[in-house]
Amino acid sequence: MADKVPLLLSLAVAIFALGLLGVVVRRNVLVMLMCMELMLNGVNLSLVTFAHQTGTAVGAVLVFLIFVVAAAEIAIAIPIVLLLVRSKRTLDLDAYTDLKG
Amino acid sequence: MTGTIDTLLQNLDTLLLYVLAAGALVGAVLMLVLRQPMRVATALIATMVCLGGIYGLLGVHLIAVFQVLIYVGAVMVFMVYAIMLLDARDPSVRSRFSGLLVPGIVAFALFLGALVYGLWQSVPAAASGPHGAGLTLKAFAAAFLSEYWLHFELTSVLLVAAVVAALAVIKVHRTDHGG
Repeated sequence: MADKVPLLLSLAVAIFALGLLGVVVRRNVLVMLMCMELMLNGVNLSLVTFAHQTGTAVGAVLVFLIFVVAAAEIAIAIPIVLLLVRSKRTLDLDAYTDLKG
Repeated sequence: MTGTIDTLLQNLDTLLLYVLAAGALVGAVLMLVLRQPMRVATALIATMVCLGGIYGLLGVHLIAVFQVLIYVGAVMVFMVYAIMLLDARDPSVRSRFSGLLVPGIVAFALFLGALVYGLWQSVPAAASGPHGAGLTLKAFAAAFLSEYWLHFELTSVLLVAAVVAALAVIKVHRTDHGG
């Protein structure tokens, strides 16, 4: 499996870039959140690949901590999205251009 | 013919890795193209399960288990509930893309080119390092609780802060409606 490191890193790069593209081009708030999760998954794949390549536990520990942070992030983000929808009744981010601060 | 099948069976790990990588990539592309948020969530779940399979193939079984348990089992179920709570006839469902579509794709191409260039520059140096035979649970647990215990405790602080913040957000909404 050691010779597959370039393939896995390329996959991680592609997933991260596709997630970033999704955050930029999609309009729906929930879809943008899911694309952010996709970016986190790309980073996780690169960390696991490096942990596998070097045989150290650092990458796996960092992936574990990223899992926790992602769970906390989604637990905060979904109530904020629900509050936004209650105020303007839409998921379209173009409607929230008057947000400040 | 049997020779080909034998070779395939010998390289089953490699074959599975290619299939899972292709599945993850197809799911990621589908996320950008599909219209309904629920289908986007399904594509993301497929991508995450494929990535979990890749982690298992790499021998990092603990991370594979937590990928399925935490990401697919907790985060994405929460996301699917949120999608079901909200209206599917939203204007953002009818027109998928924002006005940044063309600049976004141009920036995506440039960003991908820069990342691939950096990857090609750095991979030969990185690949010369020692190759691990897979991370065992014992090694992970020892490193986690002896070297990184402080970070572990800090994540508990983060989780408490997240719970308090979520409660604060919901309470603001209740007072808004005169409750």
